[in-house]
Amino acid sequence: MRDVAVISWAQSPMVGDAGALNEVELIMPVVQKALADAGLESVQDVDFTCSGSCDYLQGASFAFVSGVDALGAVPPIKESHVEMDAAWALYEAWLKIQMGQADSALVYGFAKSSPGDLPSVLSLQLDPYYLAPLWPDSISLAGLQARAMLDAGVISETDMAEVVVRSRGNARNNANAQLAGDVTIDELLAQPMYVSPLRKHDCCPVSDGASAMVICTVEKARALGHPYAVIKGIDHRIESNNLGARDLTRSVSTEQAAAAAGVAQGPVDIAELHAPFSHQEIILERALGLSEDTRVNLSGGVLAGNLMMAAGLDRIGEVAMRICAGEAGRGVAHATSGACLQQNMVVVLEAE
Amino acid sequence: MSEDKTGITMMDAPIYLDYNFTAGSATSRFLHGLKQGVLIGQRCPGCDAVYVPARGSCARCGVATGEDVVLSDKATVESFTIVYIPIPGNPIKPPYIIANVVPDGANISFIHLISECNNEDVRIGQRVQAVWKPESEWTYAMDNIIYFKPIDEADIDPEQIGR
Repeated sequence: MRDVAVISWAQSPMVGDAGALNEVELIMPVVQKALADAGLESVQDVDFTCSGSCDYLQGASFAFVSGVDALGAVPPIKESHVEMDAAWALYEAWLKIQMGQADSALVYGFAKSSPGDLPSVLSLQLDPYYLAPLWPDSISLAGLQARAMLDAGVISETDMAEVVVRSRGNARNNANAQLAGDVTIDELLAQPMYVSPLRKHDCCPVSDGASAMVICTVEKARALGHPYAVIKGIDHRIESNNLGARDLTRSVSTEQAAAAAGVAQGPVDIAELHAPFSHQEIILERALGLSEDTRVNLSGGVLAGNLMMAAGLDRIGEVAMRICAGEAGRGVAHATSGACLQQNMVVVLEAE
Repeated sequence: MSEDKTGITMMDAPIYLDYNFTAGSATSRFLHGLKQGVLIGQRCPGCDAVYVPARGSCARCGVATGEDVVLSDKATVESFTIVYIPIPGNPIKPPYIIANVVPDGANISFIHLISECNNEDVRIGQRVQAVWKPESEWTYAMDNIIYFKPIDEADIDPEQIGR
């Protein structure tokens, strides 16, 4: 396996409504910053480009093709796209590098989720025959999952509130965060139910924005001459789309991906978990086998701002940049997709 | 309830989703221009290409196009097709002409109708000009221009269109 280095990551501010800006106008600044931070002049300086997005978010067909207008793809570049979170675009780029077809890659994800009703839009990712025609929105399905956990006695409402207190507190140090502040468990538990047993703060916000990352071989990273984090393990697994066939109180696919990525093969200083709902962060901590020593979601996680189709890539970027800054030696990033944590990716990153 | 378990080959699952579409800040300036009866493009600071309608970036250079450029409503036919097939919901009666026209001052074409001519006479390089609706009917939409009509100017060499 070729070691792959994360050398730069740029994220736009996560905002509830980016106003008149279109996807191209959201992508351009982060792509330019990620390239510049990597010491590269343009997209022509990387061997491969891959993006993650979903046309249903802004309700515009082929929006992902329009996104290429942000890059400067003349002369033509080698380019690909996943209709998934950009963490999976990174996985495709990582494979390209493994196969020797590229030594470097630009990965970006973008979402303008505000134009539509995001929880309803997300019901379209369910199985089209039995579930999607019922229009179960993403928040209601997460509510079912939280209820199953509460009824099984594996979490309490206080546990869920604790996750939110930590997210809001950590997000105070994240300039791009949408939601941050000092809150207490008592204040949160005094809030009314939103979709029982979820309160509004248990759910990630709807955010507009974009993120971009540059990865390359370790040899190239050394040549560029600035700090980098090495991807030591990466794996993703998916579970049945039949929610009734899954044990929603745990995440088997995360457990399997964690084992395959080698999470337990060393201490985990930091972890960034893609948990759109508070109870899911607890599921993920357990599935990854994290100990008390691991500092989780120092960025605030996606409860502080959730760039659909970039939030998973953002978790990897957050861990990588903290390793580059010397704040951690080894960290774990997690990305998810689908209802109730259906599909999960686990990435282990280390300092060289 | 039917006992026939072999008959289902299709099911309806209608999708209704409402969106608040935003054109983008660059395209919004183009639409505001249309409301005033002018075509506004944007120039790339890198290669000087003028895009209309601008989407906010130069696709060639990957940089923001900040400078607005007011364009003429005279244009050149870059390519065209004659539509003979009626399109459901389209009030225009075939045969009619759809053309890519490059407005003077721009380097890229947009699609519009050509009329007030014999369809057989339309050609690449032909000079045309916008025919606008009455000012009182102008909105933030491309159909403020009803169509383009041929004008009495010499054809442009196809190699030079949009240069």
